[in-house]
Amino acid sequence: MFAPRYTSTALWLHWLMALLLAALFVVGLYMVDLPLSPQKLKIYSWHKWAGVTAFLLVLLRLAWRIGHPAPTLPASMPRWQKSAAHGLHHLLYLLMIAIPLSGWLMSSAKGFQTVYFGVLPLPDLLAKNKDLGKTLEEVHEILANGLALLVLAHIAAALKHHFLDRDDVLSRMLPFLARNR
Amino acid sequence: MRILHNLPGGAFWLSPLVIVFLSSANAAEFGTLQAEKSSLTFVSKQMGVPMDGRFKKFSANIAFDTAKPTAASARFELDLSSVDAGSSDADNEVVGKPWFNVKAFPTATFVSSAVRPLSGDRYELSGKLTIKGKTQDLVTPFTFRQEGNSGIFDGVFILKRLDFAVGDGIWSDVATVANEVNIKFHLVATATRK
Repeated sequence: MFAPRYTSTALWLHWLMALLLAALFVVGLYMVDLPLSPQKLKIYSWHKWAGVTAFLLVLLRLAWRIGHPAPTLPASMPRWQKSAAHGLHHLLYLLMIAIPLSGWLMSSAKGFQTVYFGVLPLPDLLAKNKDLGKTLEEVHEILANGLALLVLAHIAAALKHHFLDRDDVLSRMLPFLARNR
Repeated sequence: MRILHNLPGGAFWLSPLVIVFLSSANAAEFGTLQAEKSSLTFVSKQMGVPMDGRFKKFSANIAFDTAKPTAASARFELDLSSVDAGSSDADNEVVGKPWFNVKAFPTATFVSSAVRPLSGDRYELSGKLTIKGKTQDLVTPFTFRQEGNSGIFDGVFILKRLDFAVGDGIWSDVATVANEVNIKFHLVATATRK
């Protein structure tokens, strides 16, 4: 019997986004306290372009996921754990959509249009409004911190499955870890 | 018909002009700037992103006679510290030394040298623009229209910020902040004489 695993597309999308989101988070933390300089403007633009990319990728990923259900969880898993796993995945998806959206809205409210790779202008979804811009900045930050915490829980759960429960949950996403059965 | 009375008798060669004057029924001179109705806005680009800005304080001495546009003159004084560059970060930045350096150069001035009619309600204004101690020739088209007692001048031109050393040093990298700044003026002046 073959160990259960995600499709290659799902796998690629997952790991590509994992790298991208980690980079976005670290760059986001770093850039906000920089003094104004051309470098800061560049980093902000890169962050926004990467954020738009992440947004497009998560939509693609959702579409793929709807057509290709995840492999079933091990039968040995207690029901509450399965529910928690499903809940956490829903929250991860929700935040992966909400964070770039809040960034886009924040940019519009602050009067900095998002121009993808400096060439493709995204429509401003909100009119310029300083106070709303500040609020959305906080929302963006809180959501990003929330996602970071959930990702830590996600990683911890994956490691627990692999090393403590010794099941196939992590190897579904990292097939080279699959144990012989 | 008052205009006709002002014309020197026997100045035949003026007759084509007279026809033009009469066709723009109310020849009048415009001068006093209505600051609250006028605006001076600009669009700069950073990383390909257009940023709207404006100047809140400026004054102008305009003399524009619809009958004698070539005799028109204008002088603008712009309080550079009144800039709204689109964000508070940018506002603090652009008044500083690498940009306007408002401590040393608080005012930008423009003094016209010539106005040339183009076609219809379009004209061309030439003059000298001084920013940050540097003077450059400026030529910009503008349109003029009359609304009741007001004369409205509208124009757009592109200014190269580095011609005036605006944003020098690290900021002279035009890949981050474009050299070209789109400047739009909308000036409303009251008729001083009819």
